[in-house]
Amino acid sequence: MKFGIVRFPGSCDDVDALLAAERVGEAAMLWHAERDLQDVDAVIVPGGFSYGDYLRAGAIARFAPVMEEVAEFARAGGLVLGICNGFQVLCEAGLLPGALLPNVSLRFICRQVGLEVVRSDTAFTCAATAGSRLSIPVKHTTGRFYAPEAELDRLQAAGQVLLRYAPAQNPNGSARDIAGVANEAGNVFGLMPHPEHAVDPLTGSADGLTIFESMRAQVADRISV
Amino acid sequence: MRHRELGLTDAEYELIVAKLGREPGHVELAMFSLMWSEHCAYKHSKKLLRRLPTEGPHVLLGPGENAGVVDVGGGIAVAFKVESHNHPSAVEPFQGAATGVGGILRDVFAVGARPIAVLDSLRFGEPATSARSRFLLERAVAGIGHYGNSIGVATVGGEIYFESSYEQNCLINAMCLGLAPRERLIRSAAAGPGNVLVLLGALTGRDGIGGASVLASAELGEADDAKRPSVQIGDPFAEKKLLECSLELLDRRLLVSLQDLGAAGLTSSSAEMASKGEVGLDIDVAKVPLREPGMESFEIMISESQERMLGVVEPDRVAEVLAVCERWETLATPIGEVTAGAELRVLRGETVEAEIPVAALVDDCPLYDLDPAAPDRPLYAAPPPLLHGGETPDELLLALLASANIASRRPVFEQYDCIVQSRTVRRPDAADAAVLDLGRGAIAVSIDGNGRRVAGDPRRGAAEVVFECAANLACVGAEPLGLTNCLNFGNPEKPHVAWQLTEAVEGLAEACEALTIPVVGGNVSLYNEAPTGPIFPTPVVGMVGKLPDAARAGRLGLAHEGDAIAIVGSFTPGLACSELAKLRGAAPEGPLPDLDRASAAATHAAVREAVRSGALASAHDVAEGGLAVALAEACLAGGLGAEVALAGEGGDAELFGEAPGRAFIVSGAEAALRGAALPGLRVIGRVGGDALELSAGAVQFKVALSELRAAREGGLVQFA
Amino acid sequence: MRARVLVRPKAGILDPQGQAVERALPALGFSGVRNVHVGRLIELDVEDPAHLPEMCEKLLSNPLIEDYEIVEAS
Repeated sequence: MKFGIVRFPGSCDDVDALLAAERVGEAAMLWHAERDLQDVDAVIVPGGFSYGDYLRAGAIARFAPVMEEVAEFARAGGLVLGICNGFQVLCEAGLLPGALLPNVSLRFICRQVGLEVVRSDTAFTCAATAGSRLSIPVKHTTGRFYAPEAELDRLQAAGQVLLRYAPAQNPNGSARDIAGVANEAGNVFGLMPHPEHAVDPLTGSADGLTIFESMRAQVADRISV
Repeated sequence: MRHRELGLTDAEYELIVAKLGREPGHVELAMFSLMWSEHCAYKHSKKLLRRLPTEGPHVLLGPGENAGVVDVGGGIAVAFKVESHNHPSAVEPFQGAATGVGGILRDVFAVGARPIAVLDSLRFGEPATSARSRFLLERAVAGIGHYGNSIGVATVGGEIYFESSYEQNCLINAMCLGLAPRERLIRSAAAGPGNVLVLLGALTGRDGIGGASVLASAELGEADDAKRPSVQIGDPFAEKKLLECSLELLDRRLLVSLQDLGAAGLTSSSAEMASKGEVGLDIDVAKVPLREPGMESFEIMISESQERMLGVVEPDRVAEVLAVCERWETLATPIGEVTAGAELRVLRGETVEAEIPVAALVDDCPLYDLDPAAPDRPLYAAPPPLLHGGETPDELLLALLASANIASRRPVFEQYDCIVQSRTVRRPDAADAAVLDLGRGAIAVSIDGNGRRVAGDPRRGAAEVVFECAANLACVGAEPLGLTNCLNFGNPEKPHVAWQLTEAVEGLAEACEALTIPVVGGNVSLYNEAPTGPIFPTPVVGMVGKLPDAARAGRLGLAHEGDAIAIVGSFTPGLACSELAKLRGAAPEGPLPDLDRASAAATHAAVREAVRSGALASAHDVAEGGLAVALAEACLAGGLGAEVALAGEGGDAELFGEAPGRAFIVSGAEAALRGAALPGLRVIGRVGGDALELSAGAVQFKVALSELRAAREGGLVQFA
Repeated sequence: MRARVLVRPKAGILDPQGQAVERALPALGFSGVRNVHVGRLIELDVEDPAHLPEMCEKLLSNPLIEDYEIVEAS
């Protein structure tokens, strides 16, 4: 199992994502200007401030050469995980529904939050239990998930909402407490909380590992089939 | 007289003429005015600073380099430094604070270290009565977060205090620490005549022209708005690329030396590099890439545009350097070369615009002796009383917890990314010092200062700052390796400020000697003075220590029901200069309680060992608000109550008196506490329940944790 | 041609920046202010103005959350 972590100018949590991925498999950096995905089994678009988040968070990164390959990889069914800025990039690229808007407080918020696992029968949550609670930090200024009401209804009905903020813990005003959504096919997933910053009790929590373990299990299944 | 407008005295100007053997030209005068400013030449503080101990077994780079560096073992070095950005922040707090962070980050990666953490020490006027102070607080915090969060360096700690003496002169001190493999460390000394000078990073514009001399060395007056155009704008995205680019250049061994461009821009960076390397430099300003057309040579030489570095490169490696920079989308331009001479020459194509002996710029600025005199009457007015007498001890406790100086800093620290880079073992509010995992072992860091206590008793107050900072490290089990300081004072040409400065430096030196902690770098910010008088004298100390096992790092919160709670250390708290005295409207007047430096140092060592051995479940130093506040903080951090009986009569001094850096509140299994050889150990109670229950003499009260929490959490949130 | 692109939050989308400004103005003594929205102004020189709408939809705005308006500047 090999993860590829996209590195844009301005990525900040790229090394953290690499270290987290290495806890469950191999991992390599994917340079933004290169089109080579190095035969990875899954791609992580990490957090940070790609291209300074100038214009809009994620707006410029989606046009990086590597992102064309990531989009192709996703269309072919490859697993793509977007964390924080990566979630914003995937929304801007149209690989995920919705958009991320400035937090209601207009402030950067760094806080450990509780997340509820909505579904555990997906590529990104199969190592967790539905209904269980994960403790994972958020840290962002632009994390308020938005989609039109009808689209939100559709996302819920289609089971694309995988993680919600626990009651009274929605840090940013996200619609319907949505913390993470998948695409229709279920192979692309974005979330604002940082699972790569919850992989070791020494630094706060190991609950985020479950996301990476789920991805490993999914890839292992696919290979064995 | 032009030189006077540039801040040079007539005598200094005459000295410049003597050194050059002629009248200086336009560019030369601009360069001298900056290099001979207080900000660059430390002309009123340099002699005093020689008093501070700078050597120790772990020191790899001491004062004078971009940042101090200590050895943490295993081939790893930690670089760190604190610097002020007070005057720019008073003019424009968001950009002032942001570029303060940007500048201190560059100081750290200029020595080859990857920045891993930022801490900040902030001072403002009273938020309850000053809209300006609330504005400065909000914007400065936002600026710090903007820069640190965007560049991916964790802001892991800091401190904020509010006093009316900072109303016109807020203090924004930023500290950064970074990690380097020892072999990647690099000095700033230029070397090798014929080597190429390469300017890295942002375009040069008219940012901060005159900033170093006008903004940093003159008292702020009425016309501050007119200075706004010269504020530097920070671009953390550009710095992130510059950082990655610089570290890659160093990893590939492509640089001979490296220096960041800070105050006084190209002038000071090039002069410092030439001086340390005992070489000359030629710079062609026509080659410097500009953001604005029509910039004059002197403007290019003193521009304070941010996110720039200067590197020395061997000629046959220039192409490789430019290629690495291009990959990181970082501009790199050869702008000059190292020469065998002793002059710094500024050229514009073929024309020589300046030719100055490097020594004249860097070493020959006159150093002034201070003329200290203790003030014959109080310097600071008494604050308006917020308590009016008749309050019960539990009411006093709640008032202290809710006071702006003691209340929870959560509304501020939640605006900072404290976890990026995956090293943060102790986040803000979890322990007295931040703890960062290194894989093998860990480091701890804290930043402290208490201007009110230094105002009341400069020598002892300054010593207390060092002891308090070291006590914070002891609470997590860390042994101090070195410290950096920032001396924020008023106008040193006034005898009473000179006295504060002299006494404070003596206090710092005595404390460093007692604890055997070397000073590896720092910064001085003088002239923090408004028409109403000087700021409280505010030496700020940042300290770095190491601990063998991150998993055993101490916590401040009570941990287990039934644990014993004890006081450790010799401790005779007093109300002079305390938070309670302030709330009651007392002016800051000493003397402060006696500080037995040897005994306090021994207490620190014992607490440190007890934390490392696992004997303590929690440790917290007794500081602002005294014993009762320290107990309440330990309860709230652990989410557990306590039942405590003190030995005394329950007077205000016993409950709320202060003597920071000398005593600790610890908890743990009683047998473990008693077996841990802790000096002056007195078991005073038990962990348990959901209230703090305290008795002393006739005093007895019980306050629910929810009530304590509401007071502490609510104190700052209304302002921040 | 010198063009100005005005980007603003779509009607009905929560705009906390606009709300913050709307709350701040009365505090400074300016009453009677309503419907404040904060957007962006992008100025650019373009050789072919016909490309502007596509630029707006692809990069300069996010059509899901923002409206844009192209203004020719002299």
